[in-house]
Amino acid sequence: MVVGVIEAGGDLSTILYIVSFSLFIFGLMQGTHPTTAKTGNLMAAGGMAIAVATTLLLDGVGNWGVIISGLAVGTAVGVVASLRVQMTQMPQMVALYNGVGGGAVALIAWSEFRHAPVDFPLDEFVPVLFAAVIGSVSFWGSNIAFAKLQDLIPTKPLAVPGQQVINGLLLVGLIVACVMLVSSDDPPEGLFIAVLVGAAILGNLVVLPIGGADMPVVISLLNAFTGLSAAAAGFALDNVALIVAGTLVGSSGTILTLEMATAMNRSVANILFAGFGGAPAAGAGTGEERPHTSIGAQDAAIKLAYADSVVIVPGYGLAVAQAQHAVKEMADELEKRGVGVDYAIHPVAGRMPGHMNVLLAEADVPYEKLREMEDINPELPRTDVAVVIGANDVTNPAAKNDPDSPIAGMPIIEVHEARQVIVIKRSMSPGFAGIDNDLFYLDNTDMLFSDAKQAAGDIASEIGNL
Amino acid sequence: MDLVTELTIFVLAAFVGFAVISKVPTTLHTPLMSQTNAIHGIVMLGGLIVAGFADGALELTIAFIAIAFGTINIVGGFLVTDRMLSMFVRKRPNTEKPTPSASSASRPGAAGSDEGSG
Repeated sequence: MVVGVIEAGGDLSTILYIVSFSLFIFGLMQGTHPTTAKTGNLMAAGGMAIAVATTLLLDGVGNWGVIISGLAVGTAVGVVASLRVQMTQMPQMVALYNGVGGGAVALIAWSEFRHAPVDFPLDEFVPVLFAAVIGSVSFWGSNIAFAKLQDLIPTKPLAVPGQQVINGLLLVGLIVACVMLVSSDDPPEGLFIAVLVGAAILGNLVVLPIGGADMPVVISLLNAFTGLSAAAAGFALDNVALIVAGTLVGSSGTILTLEMATAMNRSVANILFAGFGGAPAAGAGTGEERPHTSIGAQDAAIKLAYADSVVIVPGYGLAVAQAQHAVKEMADELEKRGVGVDYAIHPVAGRMPGHMNVLLAEADVPYEKLREMEDINPELPRTDVAVVIGANDVTNPAAKNDPDSPIAGMPIIEVHEARQVIVIKRSMSPGFAGIDNDLFYLDNTDMLFSDAKQAAGDIASEIGNL
Repeated sequence: MDLVTELTIFVLAAFVGFAVISKVPTTLHTPLMSQTNAIHGIVMLGGLIVAGFADGALELTIAFIAIAFGTINIVGGFLVTDRMLSMFVRKRPNTEKPTPSASSASRPGAAGSDEGSG
């Protein structure tokens, strides 16, 4: 094998890294439409191949047994995981990928620390510590997020009293330890390991109290963290590819975090530190006496079949019930009769950004029919029937009409503006926000109490029989 | 590279990232995340570099895990992104623009079947 032909830190390696990160950026620029995004993904993969090949050829790279076995194990796991994972499990998978990325950074930082020169320059030592802390937080936080999404541990918020104080003290302790390391002539490795462990505990404690409904924000935030940790590793290693790629990921995660928080009408700080998102709030039980209309699959089929336009509003309940294929069948039956069917997707429908779109794409719903909230809301007053399947809070008109509601101001899909509404739901129980949904009691709303998959299948066959 | 150069690169990359990612529609945010997972796998380069000076069982183990983790990110991330994006584009030749009802809506037996991964 011809190795060591490229000088580490020389012009050639830097130029090849520039080519590689240009391909990342250009690949991400193609992400505006699925067709181009597919090409873009290939470009980014090509950029990665260049970056990896360049690094393998650097002088000083060695221990080939370790490198080849690491590559082999990683490739095997990556291939199997990506082919086997179900689309409903994408949030877990992304959480896990965030985690391994952060873990790799923390380990690299540790190795860098062990080989630090006697006078470790600050502009490398500080990034090493930053990478160690953020990498360790992301690794452990992501593992907890994974465990919650996979139902290995309860998804409801787990909190101990005084948690905020403990987290605060931990953070202060970490900063103090880092300052001690940086200012020491001979920084002890034990203290560095203590920093890694402290950050690990912090990662656990921050994510454990966060409820299942807030997972989209947590996953996005951890995505941003892992990106920033990679950038920090790039500072430490003087590697421009790591700096740029890590920063791109950091930007992406930050944008998604802010977007998710906006869609939930809460600040990121509130999500991270309030431990809401799972605990039913007070005032949930008021709706029991309010009258609502209940219908069966046959009535729903008639209403839908004789409509001109139908908008389907899917929520996480649809994904839980694995109802996307049944819903697509129902939509197919309607389209056969000339009914126009669109899907209105709230940004937080699902457990990670854009999750619901992937589930519907898997069921062969065409891309053009997946409509964003801002795009479809103006059309709802002209819509004959809106069908809400497994969604709740994101359709609650109280967000718009009731300034005292806990969800006041949250952006919603305005199904109450449609001429008729059919809500498919197992019971009248409240959603994640723990409040009653005024939509269920409107005159033009009919409730169809059933499992989402069952109901969609029944309606599809009833339409076929008409 | 000196610190100021690196900071310059960092700040510019952050602005580029914000500008580029803001244009990705909400609909494609899940594939975007898995693609950024893959790009984040760039940390594998760090694993390769530290493998070069790794000495002793502990450091070799650290390098091995870091390389394996980074490779999982790269391989798994790009593959699963491709698989997802294929779902958004497959089986619909967009050569003409039929009305929704005119498109071939009935494909029996499609539900639940394994989709071809790209």
